[in-house]
Amino acid sequence: MSQSFNPADVRKAIIDQQKAQDRRKMLLNGVLLLLLLAAPFAMYPVFLMKILCFALFAVAFNLLFGFTGLLSFGHAAFLATGGYTTGYLLSNYSGLTTEVGIIAGTLVATALGLAFALLSIRRQGIYFAMVTLALAQLVYFFFVQSEFTGGEDGMHGIPRGHLFGLIDLSKNLNMYYFVLAVFIGCYLLVQRIVSSPYGQVLKAIKQNEPRAVSLGYNVDRYKVLAFVISAALAGLAGSMKSVVFQLASLNDAHWHMSGEVILMTLVGGMGTLLGPVVGATFVVNIEYQLSQGPLRDWVNPILGGIFVLTVLAFRSGIVGEIQKFLRKNLG
Amino acid sequence: MTMIFGVPLAVLSGQLLIGFINGAFYALLSLGLAIIFGLLKIINFAHGAMYMLGALLTVVMFNTLGVNYWVALFMAPLLVGVFGVLIEYFLLRRIAGQDHIYSLLLTFGVALIIQGVLTNIYGVSGLRYAMPDMFKGGIKLDFMFLPYYRAWVIVVALLVCFGTWFMIEKTKLGAYLRAGTEDSQLMQGFGINVPLLVSLTYGFGVALAAFAGVLAAPIYSVTPGMGANTLIVVFAVVVIGGMGSIGGAIITGIMMGVIEGLTKTFYPPASSAVIFLVMVVVLMFRPSGLFGKEA
Repeated sequence: MSQSFNPADVRKAIIDQQKAQDRRKMLLNGVLLLLLLAAPFAMYPVFLMKILCFALFAVAFNLLFGFTGLLSFGHAAFLATGGYTTGYLLSNYSGLTTEVGIIAGTLVATALGLAFALLSIRRQGIYFAMVTLALAQLVYFFFVQSEFTGGEDGMHGIPRGHLFGLIDLSKNLNMYYFVLAVFIGCYLLVQRIVSSPYGQVLKAIKQNEPRAVSLGYNVDRYKVLAFVISAALAGLAGSMKSVVFQLASLNDAHWHMSGEVILMTLVGGMGTLLGPVVGATFVVNIEYQLSQGPLRDWVNPILGGIFVLTVLAFRSGIVGEIQKFLRKNLG
Repeated sequence: MTMIFGVPLAVLSGQLLIGFINGAFYALLSLGLAIIFGLLKIINFAHGAMYMLGALLTVVMFNTLGVNYWVALFMAPLLVGVFGVLIEYFLLRRIAGQDHIYSLLLTFGVALIIQGVLTNIYGVSGLRYAMPDMFKGGIKLDFMFLPYYRAWVIVVALLVCFGTWFMIEKTKLGAYLRAGTEDSQLMQGFGINVPLLVSLTYGFGVALAAFAGVLAAPIYSVTPGMGANTLIVVFAVVVIGGMGSIGGAIITGIMMGVIEGLTKTFYPPASSAVIFLVMVVVLMFRPSGLFGKEA
């Protein structure tokens, strides 16, 4: 190579590359958006909404697990709390418009998230996973014994109502675009958080916590905030899910659900923005396909198998592996 | 009839006994978790599944091969222990250098597989295991009836706990284990076969769980899902006690069982939640646990 290395040229080349990359990203996002807008005309909207709700749940979880490095084994508690709160309010107070119910559900989940965070943040690593799991089990027992949840039967017939008192959400198409709008809003919010200075600190904590402490960051406060945001978004996912299905059940509070969201994030690619969305789509589809076929009783062991395989061989997940491939081949 | 706080003494002592037995199971299970954690630095999420395997093997071996209780008490932990060694060798070892979170998730996946497959084979309803003849009946004490089997469970569980504690704290093998907990690389440098020790440790830890499972088979309903819920309670017990000491794990386990039994007597609705509530209180006032050294 006999080229001269003029710093200005190098900078220009880097900026050009960045621009090209940004353009590619914009194009990709545009295509995805169009697909999402058109999707309900090709597929059953309720199924798509299910995917979107779980995708939001996984995005919320990933903010904590993928970007901050905290493995919560209790996120089902927030999903269920959001769902039950919204369901209870909308079922019992007919004057409430849907968005009020959803906001209330999100707020209660947020408060619960703060309580979880303050208790669990005192323990690190593996203890953190155990504490969150045990706290979530406590919440589960509360829901099992409370009368308003309907116990084992669950809460049925939650009215979808009217958004802002105007838009009739009992129409699946309206409901779909509402869920999609909320999802995109939250996705952009998380994207913003991750790329903000605050998000950079979270990543620093994940990579090397003692170092972040020694640089003067109040690590616990950053972690608590990340936990609370994550719980809030998980609660929002649960609230919307209960409106979409008009149902809130104990399944959402069970530890199994906490495991599932870990699987979604891991399979899709933890620590990537799109990963949890891809993972949720993958897991929801697999569960649906299996439940239709002769393997319907084998869903759990197969999910367990996917878990083991992912951990052993594809730790970066689908999106992570694609990114690696692209980096290798496109430079 | 003697009453204590408005509760008949016989009822109270009966619940205390049940609490003590549950506590013995918690102690056995958290002991195994603590041993595995010491060397592998992971929480074995498959521990509940191993406990269930022990109980299920006991029932299935009896139903198909007519294997009696005493043989099962020896065979089930051995089989599960070998199974554990295989899991360690073929799965956990492959990701030993990675973040410990991955090993934890791996054991979680393994638990899902074991539990799911067995649920398909044996269903969700409980399997029955007939009480061995020699344990039928019990001793009538002044204030309560003590079934032989329950007395046996308490005695043998305590013996095994004490034996394990003795082995770890007082023998040469235990010294290796403790040294491995401190610095396994250095120990490898001294010419000790650490990978083998790790395999055996994992195998021994899950064998303890399976042993608890065999003990549980005649008194609890044996289902493929029985381990999962127990495991979460044991996690809470571990958080309360802290994993700093083997003795601490045993004491905390029994203590929590008794507290659970007392709650069942005086305020039944809270009995399934009380251990978790204790955990919350401990986290607030003593975050590193009652016997814990590190956060």
